[in-house]
Amino acid sequence: MLRYLLGRIIATIPVVVLISLLVFLLIHAAPGDPADLLLSDEASAADIADARRRWGLDQPIYVQYLRFLANIASADLGTSFKYSDPVIGLIGERLPATIELAIASLLIAILIGIPLGVWAGAKPNSWADNLGSVLGFFGISMPSFWLGIMLILIVSGYFNWLPSSGRSTYGVGQGSDFYVIQSLLTGNLKTAWDGIKYIIMPAIALGTGMMGLVMRVTRSSVLEIISEDYVRTARAKGLDERTVLWRHVLRNALVPVITVVGLELGTLLSGSIIVETVFAWPGSGSLLIAAIQSRDYPLITGTVLTYTIAFVVINFAIDMLYALIDPRIRFG
Amino acid sequence: MALLEIRDLKKYFPAPAGLLGRAKEHVKAIDGVSLDVEDGETVGLVGESGCGKTTLGRCIVRLIEPGGGTVTFEGRELSSLPEPAMRDMRRKMQIIFQDPYASLNPRMRVGEIIGEGLRIHGLAKGRDLKARVLELLARVGLRGEYFGKYPHEFSGGQRQRIGIARALAVNARFIVADEAVSALDVSIQAQILNMMLDLQQDLGLTYLFISHDLRVVEHVSDRVAVMYLGKIVEVAPAGKLYSVSQHPYTQALLSAVPVPDPSRKGTRTVLQGDVPSPINPPPGCSFHPRCPFALKLCAEEEPRLEFDGQHGVACHVFGPGGTKYL
Repeated sequence: MLRYLLGRIIATIPVVVLISLLVFLLIHAAPGDPADLLLSDEASAADIADARRRWGLDQPIYVQYLRFLANIASADLGTSFKYSDPVIGLIGERLPATIELAIASLLIAILIGIPLGVWAGAKPNSWADNLGSVLGFFGISMPSFWLGIMLILIVSGYFNWLPSSGRSTYGVGQGSDFYVIQSLLTGNLKTAWDGIKYIIMPAIALGTGMMGLVMRVTRSSVLEIISEDYVRTARAKGLDERTVLWRHVLRNALVPVITVVGLELGTLLSGSIIVETVFAWPGSGSLLIAAIQSRDYPLITGTVLTYTIAFVVINFAIDMLYALIDPRIRFG
Repeated sequence: MALLEIRDLKKYFPAPAGLLGRAKEHVKAIDGVSLDVEDGETVGLVGESGCGKTTLGRCIVRLIEPGGGTVTFEGRELSSLPEPAMRDMRRKMQIIFQDPYASLNPRMRVGEIIGEGLRIHGLAKGRDLKARVLELLARVGLRGEYFGKYPHEFSGGQRQRIGIARALAVNARFIVADEAVSALDVSIQAQILNMMLDLQQDLGLTYLFISHDLRVVEHVSDRVAVMYLGKIVEVAPAGKLYSVSQHPYTQALLSAVPVPDPSRKGTRTVLQGDVPSPINPPPGCSFHPRCPFALKLCAEEEPRLEFDGQHGVACHVFGPGGTKYL
């Protein structure tokens, strides 16, 4: 087991290096000079040249990349051009907001997608199945930013039920803490409710696509498992249909669902970049957009690398989960 | 009154329709089967693949809803029972499935698989439940430490023992053994069969033993019914069927059983042609196109299962009162 773990960790190194190279080359290929963009209009040519030297931009690109790699090796993502602060700190201040949004979206996707999928799969071609399929396809085909804008327009604009941007009414709720989760854990229901009001729309915008996918996969998986011999055995034992469905069918049907959830968590991260912008959510996604706009190279590569590592870690956790839900899968 | 009485049981499945429109045709999987099973006896059910044996077994315990006819168990007619009452009856009528690899939930421990029925039917819980499961494991010759293991950790024979323990768990009286040993090695088959016979003696069980293996059926059965294309063509006490079978199909079937004696030159009745499609079975006696003795009457009128004592034959020629005797 320990060997397996170690192997997996070592295997992620080339992935991270490759991604970093790709991101590095891409942003340098993009037009626009950070020194030009970040310095004020009155800056002289000498000032700009000075800034370029300070940021190492006057070096050949392979030297820049090797320096960057050397920095990563010592867990240093560099210093932001724009904020003049360490990139790691900047991301750390925003990451909790993104994670909380991702968790909320995940909850929406799972708590709606799985029951809907089981319902549809247990009774194929019934009205429940049709309703579920319509909802599922709606979720899959609806772009998250458009859904977000529509939600803002209708729920906040016309009805004024929910706030359309930010994280909290009380001015706190920057990116650096798990606002809702902490409030819930400390029993502070008032602030928790306040946070929920803010998170609910971005979470729907972000989670609906995943919900649709989870629903479709659950449906087809249930449809397949329900005709297995051991399900027939369960019926022969005299179990009622609900027990058969939730104990015998769902447990076996969850393996592909978990795969999809794992893959989709990555998509959730990239989707959050757009949704955070739509809802002015103070997370790492809107940080990345700001970084791109000002060509803040270290911040861009740092954020993308963080996302990459998160993606790898999530998929690793999913692989471990398989072993937990399916006793036939063992790693060694 | 017999423990189980089947009267004119039918099950037609809609034939797969083409791309356009609906086909109105049906596969006649069971077409008017009547059979009694007495308390404590073993009735063997034989026939080639696709003749409807398995469908019959499942219709009896209503894992498949019968399309017509009645099944009466302990004097209660089953097809009219509402679903909850039927679930309760399932406690007494259990089924052992053919494939010991596919019929156990891979995600459940053995203790759970066997104990679930007990728990659901409210027969035992907590420490009693575990004690009862351990007792059942011992009954089917498995060690108690297997309680917490998963199905994939067992061999085929062991799995089938688990399947049997599961069926026994709820104090079943009547057990449908649907090809219960067909998937196992011959040496293991014998172990499992003898264990089933021992259990029958100890617990007073009644078996409907479905198999395509005539030797196995002869070994375990008191009476044997032969099915062909969804109908019972002959039923007789085991010894009688194997010595003085009447129906030409039974004779052909028996002549195909290999005899472990190299010097014996058997006369093998080889049937001509294939089994007709159950979608459109031939009119009259469904066996007549392949029967070497078929008369004109056989193509026109369906023979009924007629009895001479305990021996029933559905044949215009060899049945009691058949033309052979005229």
